[in-house]
Amino acid sequence: MSFSWAKPYEPKSAFMRWLDQRLPLPRMVYGAVGGGYPVPRNLNYWWNFGFLAGIFLTIQILTGIVLAMHYAATTDGAFTSVNQLIMRDVNAGWLLRYAHMNGASFFFIVIYIHIFRGLYYGSYKAPRELVWMLGMVIYLLMMATAFMGYVLPWGQMSYWGAQVITGFFSAFPLIGEPLRVWLLGGYAPDQAALTRFFSLHYLLPFVIAGVVILHIWALHIPGSGNPTGVDVKDERDTLPFHPFYTAKDGWSSLAFILLYVLVTYFAPNYLGHPDNYIPANPLATPAHIVPEWYFWPFYAILRSFTVDFILPAKLWGVLAMFMSILLMFFLPWIDRSPVRSGSYRPVFKRFFWLLVVDVVILGYVGGAPISPWRTALGQAAAAYYFLHFLVILPLVSAFETPLPLPKSITDSVLHGEEAEAAPAGQKGPRRGSVATAG
Amino acid sequence: MATQARSAEGSHITGEEGGVRRRDFLNVAAVSFAGVGSVVALMPLFVQMAPSKDVLALATTEVDISKIQPGQGIKTSWRKQPVFVRNLTPKEIAEANAVPLSALRDPQSLGERTKPGHSNWLITLGVCTHLGCVPLGIGEGENKGPYGGYFCPCHGSMYDTAGRIRQGPAPLNLQVPDYKFTSPTTVEIGAKEK
Repeated sequence: MSFSWAKPYEPKSAFMRWLDQRLPLPRMVYGAVGGGYPVPRNLNYWWNFGFLAGIFLTIQILTGIVLAMHYAATTDGAFTSVNQLIMRDVNAGWLLRYAHMNGASFFFIVIYIHIFRGLYYGSYKAPRELVWMLGMVIYLLMMATAFMGYVLPWGQMSYWGAQVITGFFSAFPLIGEPLRVWLLGGYAPDQAALTRFFSLHYLLPFVIAGVVILHIWALHIPGSGNPTGVDVKDERDTLPFHPFYTAKDGWSSLAFILLYVLVTYFAPNYLGHPDNYIPANPLATPAHIVPEWYFWPFYAILRSFTVDFILPAKLWGVLAMFMSILLMFFLPWIDRSPVRSGSYRPVFKRFFWLLVVDVVILGYVGGAPISPWRTALGQAAAAYYFLHFLVILPLVSAFETPLPLPKSITDSVLHGEEAEAAPAGQKGPRRGSVATAG
Repeated sequence: MATQARSAEGSHITGEEGGVRRRDFLNVAAVSFAGVGSVVALMPLFVQMAPSKDVLALATTEVDISKIQPGQGIKTSWRKQPVFVRNLTPKEIAEANAVPLSALRDPQSLGERTKPGHSNWLITLGVCTHLGCVPLGIGEGENKGPYGGYFCPCHGSMYDTAGRIRQGPAPLNLQVPDYKFTSPTTVEIGAKEK
């Protein structure tokens, strides 16, 4: 699609030729994920997580559709339909439910690795800004979908999660409270809220699938990035997606799915909260209410604001939480360094790892019960999060001296050893001359 | 451009040179009509989200308070939300009145939050004004927090004996719903005082 040497699609049979002239779907697939999509030859394992994310989206949609066949979205019946009907009565229902529950967690693990890959290697930079922004849209949609899905079993954490998260909207002046009541269809989460959450929880994954197509489309215009961040220069820099990256993605996906299967079978509730096995009680909040682990860093930012300052602390918390994600949309313009890859940015690289540590600390604080020292730690970590993006990153990109970049992708992988580029049994390079590094 | 349009439209032109043509009016009218129509057609999709009449109908709840001793409280439910009915002890009332209003985030005296002649009855929603959790402190032996009122376990908001926010992220005091005493031992929550 993106490079002149991309192999054109050639129908192999009369039928495929007939089809190609009427509906060139196989041609599109071939150009997108087949031999017709040239990919930089030097991708490392961090580049496998996009493919994995696609696998987990598929797992979630398949298990979700089946679970919906047994689930009852009523305040009286939801808890029983999940915990008795699906978990005990439906054949293999326990497996499907655990697969869906842990599938959500693993989807987020994969996405977080995918996002941090993008942060380290500067995948958000020109010409891939829209790829990044569409990715953030997918991430926001995932958060909404996961939140509404967590409400469906109508346990204590479901109920109070719904109460707290819709409570975010009440922080906005004037329109906040009417907006919250409108979103819930009542003054507290109840039947109306449960049914609409179920409807949207079913809808949004398909919206995500649609945005994923846009994400991949936008990616395939400039083509995939790579660990050096150096642009592809000629055919020697790329390999066809199939069979090279289908094989590599396939192997790494199987390895990762093994981990997912192990957790699903042997520790299916490890990533969940036991209180969600208590039916929802609108009159009693659990003593320690936390969202699912993948929201902990944002929950910590929300809880960091405890003092009114011009605006109420509550509004600051909600604004900061939303801003911490919306900020990401501006990242291509916050980090102005022309060097994409963190591997060639010694100062950036250190701050990147500090950010990773910071987010892990935020996650810990968000998931732990409130105590004075944890609140202080969370406040420091939340402040650093914003400091990183609003101050450190612009300064680093202005003053940092990057390391010299390799002349080309091929150059970086061959380290100047001409023999490496040669076909087996030959001494010289395959064709033309391979640039040699000093 | 104008002359071209005019020659194309021939004898149908009614406006002055460069003025509004009949076609312009038709365009504006058609687009406006379609626009207003679309908005009206979307209205049902919007209003279906709002609370339905049966939800709104649960507007009042009657509570018998005769068995609540001073220092005790009960949790009841109104419009699917928890309501705290608390019989304050003289000590708690004195504590609440001792606080200068200037020290409060949401300044209100205990007198403004109770009914005249019933100043020992503190009736509030049991909904933390931060993000809607149910604070602890109404039940026997629950954590009342450092101000002797309520403590929200979710994000650590602390309320005093008048249900006023004293510390933590919540912006406002616990909301006092509309209610009236229908007899010395009965209150009707949701009903306005005449």
